[in-house]
Formats: sequence, C-alpha cells, structure tokens
Amino acid sequence: MKKIAGLLVAALALATVAWSQGALLINGAGASFPYPIYSKWFDEYRKAHGNAEINYQSVGSGAGIKQVTDGTVDFGASDGPMNDEQIKAYTDKHGYGILHFPTVLGAAVPTYNVPGASAALNFTPEALAGIFLGKITKWNDPAIAGANKGVNLPANDIVVVHRSDGSGTTYIWTDYLSKVSDEWKNKVGKGTSINWPVGLGGKGSEGVTGLIKQTPNSIGYVELIYAAQNSVPYGAVKNAAGTFVKADLASVSAAAAGAAKSMPDDFRVSITNAPGKTAYPISSFTWLLIPAKISDAGKRNAIKDFLKWSLADGQNYAEALSYAKLPKEVVAKEAKALGSIQ
Amino acid sequence: MASSSTTVPGAGPIVGSRSFLSKLREGDEIARLITFIFAAAVVLVTLLLVYELWRDSVLARQKFGLAFLWTRVWDPLADQYGALPFIYGTVVTSTVALFIAVPLGIGAAIFLAELAPARVSDTLEFFIDLLAAVPSVIYGLLGFLAVVPLMREYIQPALKKTMLPIFSGPAYGLGFLTAGVILAIMVIPFIISVSREVLLSVPRDQREAALALGSTRWESTWKVVVPFARTGIMGSIFLALARALGETMAVTMVVGNVVAITPSLFSPGYSIAAVIANEFTEATGQLYSQALIELGLVLFLLTFILNGLARLLIIATSQRGSGMGHA
Repeated sequence: MKKIAGLLVAALALATVAWSQGALLINGAGASFPYPIYSKWFDEYRKAHGNAEINYQSVGSGAGIKQVTDGTVDFGASDGPMNDEQIKAYTDKHGYGILHFPTVLGAAVPTYNVPGASAALNFTPEALAGIFLGKITKWNDPAIAGANKGVNLPANDIVVVHRSDGSGTTYIWTDYLSKVSDEWKNKVGKGTSINWPVGLGGKGSEGVTGLIKQTPNSIGYVELIYAAQNSVPYGAVKNAAGTFVKADLASVSAAAAGAAKSMPDDFRVSITNAPGKTAYPISSFTWLLIPAKISDAGKRNAIKDFLKWSLADGQNYAEALSYAKLPKEVVAKEAKALGSIQ
Repeated sequence: MASSSTTVPGAGPIVGSRSFLSKLREGDEIARLITFIFAAAVVLVTLLLVYELWRDSVLARQKFGLAFLWTRVWDPLADQYGALPFIYGTVVTSTVALFIAVPLGIGAAIFLAELAPARVSDTLEFFIDLLAAVPSVIYGLLGFLAVVPLMREYIQPALKKTMLPIFSGPAYGLGFLTAGVILAIMVIPFIISVSREVLLSVPRDQREAALALGSTRWESTWKVVVPFARTGIMGSIFLALARALGETMAVTMVVGNVVAITPSLFSPGYSIAAVIANEFTEATGQLYSQALIELGLVLFLLTFILNGLARLLIIATSQRGSGMGHA
C-alpha cells in the first residue's frame, strides 16, 4: 500500500515537471489599471498561439518598474512612463536599455458624492486644482458654481479623497494638475505617491470609491472604467480647447489622436490636457516595459510575437472592456519599433 | 563520578565525557539539546529579523539619523521622510483601543469567571474565541461599512457636544477614534480569554477566606480575587497592546490615511503598519523603500520597549506580593 502510494506520488511529480516544461513561461508584473485587458489578452493569445504562457501579477506600476529593473520578471507594465532616473538605474544595472510600448488608453475621472446636486457636474481645471490644493473648500464656491449654472450646490465643506497607495492613476491625475496649475506644479508635483495637501486616503480604487459612496460632499478621482462599472457619478472636465468633455472611449481616443502626431520615438509622452475639441483632458497611455535585449531566443520571439498580436487582434478586445484603442499612427510606429528588441 | 551537569543546572552539555555519553544514551541529553535548539531558533529568527531591517534601512538611517524619529514630513517626491506622524498615530490608536477594551474586557472576564453560571460562561467563551479568530480584514470591512457611518452620523456629533478639544473638528467618521474602536473590538477577546483563565485559576481558599471574613460576593471578587490575578491580567493587557500596535488592514481601512498630527480624535491620521502596507509595493527609489523599512524597525523598537516595560511592571508588582498582604 505504501509502495503504491509512493509510486503514484513520484509519477505525479514527474508528470507535473514534464507538463510544465512543455510550455514557455514568461513572467510580467506591473500596473493594476490594465490588468483586465492584459489578462484577456494573455488568455486569447495562448489560445491562438499555443505554447507561450504569460503570467502577469498586477502589483502596481511602481512594483512593476522595480521588478523589471531587478530582473525578477521578464517585462513590466506601468501607467506612468519611467522617468530619466529610473531608466538610468535600469541601464546602469543591465547594460542595455528598456523600451516603452503603449498598449491601451485609460482616463482618470473626478467622482463625487454631492447630495442634492441636481445634475452631472462640470469642473474647470482651476476648480480641480483649487479643490485638491485645499484652497476651494465649499461646494458652492464661485469657481465650481460658475461652471454649473442652474445646479443646486450645497454650502457644505468639500471632503477630498485621494489614493493612499502609490498608483498610476495618481500619476495621471497629478500630471494633469501640474500642467494646468503652476501652484500645484511648484508646491506638490506629480508622481505615483505624493505629499497631498488635503484629503483622506483610500486604499486602491475600491477604497476611494467606497469612501466617496459613503461620505457626503466628497470628491475624488478613479479610473474611468472603475467609475463606469460601479455606477459612481463622475463629472465632465474642461479641456484645453474650452469644451466640457465627459470621459468615454471616443473622447479618450481623441486625446491620443492629437498626441500621435508629435509622438516621441521612445513613446514616453504625456497626453494630459491634449489639444482637440473633443479630447478628454485627463487621459493617458499605459505602457508595457520591455527590455531592449532578451537573451533567451524563445522568450524574445514570444514577446515580440505577442506585442505584434496585441497591436492587431488585441486592440479589438479593448473597447468591450472599456479601454480605448490606440490610434492607427501610434500602432504603425510601434510595429516598426518592435524591431529594436534584440 | 559526579558529572558537572547535575551540579550546574543550565550549563549545557559541558560534562565529564563518560557521563555525557551515558546521558546521551539515555536520551535525556538529546531531548535537552533538541529543545534547546528549537528555543534558540526562535531567538535567532528574531535577531535575523532585526538584522535584516537594520541592514536594509542603511541609506535612510545615514541620511536622517535620529532626527527621523521626530521629523513630521513625509514627502516621497522631495525624498524627505520622518516617522513622527506614524508613531503618533500608532500610539494614539492603540491607547484609545486599550482605553475602551481594558474596562470592558476585564469586566466581562470577571463576570464570566466569578459571577456567571458555568454554562453561560462556557457558551460565551465559545463566542469570544470565535471573535478572536476573525481575520483582521473582516474587521476592517465591518469597520468601514458599519462603524464609520455610525460614527459619522450619531456618535461623533454627540461627542462633539461635550466641547472637549479631543472631540473637535469635522466628523468624517474615519480617524483615530474609529480606528481605536475597531482595534478595541479586535483585542477584547484576548483580554477576556486570558483574564478569565487567570481568574478561574485563583485558588478557592482565597475566595472562601474572604467570604468567611464577612465580605460580600462583589467585595471578595474585587478586593481579593482580582488583585491575586493581577499579573495575569496585566499580561493579557500587554498581549492586547501588542496586537493593537501591529494591526494593519483594519486600521488602514478606517483611519483615513492622512499624514498629520492633530490633538483631536476625530481627525484622520496614519499608523506605521498602515503606511508600510499602503506604500511599500509602489515605493520606487532606494531611499523611499529604505525609509519604509526603517519605519518597520521603529515599530519593532516600539513593541520591544513596550513589552520590556510590561515585563518590568509585572516583575515589580509581583515582587510586592500577589495581593495576599493587600491592605
């Protein structure tokens, strides 16, 4: 009896080893914002192309950058491009560079809970900056009321909510505020984790949404997808052309289309406050971080093939999951850049 | 031949060779060695932990030095870090928790050990043990979904009417007070369990002597039994404190996660464990992550100091007698 059990265990172990050695395993880690679309992609890619299994851990943009720099994963993902310091750290450690490939587009929206507000709210850049700096403290402040004529705004104190954990969404939000407000740029700055002047911190998009739903007279920011899926009311933001635009797939793509013409070769561009009448001003690409040199030929070919697939077939899955597709010019430029992965 | 191990207990296996081997054959020495290794392993793991924390926070320690402990700024963009707001938050939430949990816990333990019928006591003990086993994330959710609205709508406005400075400011529902309340709920089961056991183990003759001398039931409980069990009860309080200091998820969901030091209990704040849980995975940059590790070291130190004080307090009070000569 014991012998049979022992043999079974040994056979099972061998079988597991054999089975796992058949598939090529590629590991990635990074941003949680694009996790739904990435996991759909990895699944569909494996169904279509057999032997490459891509495993992705959605641990956050910062952790993704850290892990790809440490070399513990084969690729990273981030909602904010790596800054010059981080790229230098990577190049110093590995001897070759790291490439950014935009995959889909996302947006950050202002969500709020104003009891008694009779309609969806409009926010000007000055209002948003003032609220998050702590200078605009009441909902019926002229800076907010001026953009919302006819809406019944209460004279209550604004409760600001932000992310307590480091996040790519925070990066997009603070990047936008730095562009539209000099005071924000000098006093606070942009980053995944910052020293907030005011506001309560919620952990994760779930934390922020939960806080806003629970706390009357609150305002915060979450990803567009999150707001849509959780039916949290979100407002329109005035873009660079002066129109109040509510975030949706069309307006986010419009923001990217404007930036496509001046896209730098390394794809590290910020498209917040983009030009264009229909562009949503708080939009952003999200990037995959691929090492410029991959020594394992099997992994290299699989990654290049996956990227090619994601730029073509992969884009078709984006809209169903509420991510905006990449504009054609960007796709074409990326397809060319694939050649630089050695 | 006399072996030195019998004359110098605890000196370890330093004995005359013949008797050591014979002891070995008997199995005693082996058992002693093995259990000694297990005990030593625990100490070793603790020391290793401290060493790792010390080593991985080197950049932060060199840059900030001791001033880290009283700096109030926490700015990842400017790379300026200070531990004071987090130490303050940890201490305040734990204090509020103990303030609420100690009277309730000891009172409940006295009821269960002394005044309740055995069946009631055992049933309630079952539920209390259940409460102690609930994961802290559940407490966090409970806090967030049930306690926070309760605080915001009813309790904080009511406390505000007392006009005390510690109950001032806008009532968000989140903050030091709510975190303290949730922590109190989490640590009460520990206080009750341990205190009840200790009270039950007080010898019957103590109670009977008091009753025989004419004291009432309550007097014998409060003036004889509880002081006798004093050291055990204090031990349970420090166990509760240790849990409250390190509690992460439940605190981060209700404390507000704001880096600030304010005297009011209504204000949102932060604690060491909460900031590490929130920021560590995304901390890019050596100084940032090492500052967080240094915070971990600070928490370890805080726990160590408080536990040390607890030990000293217990030794001091037990040397004064275990309540038998109490007048």
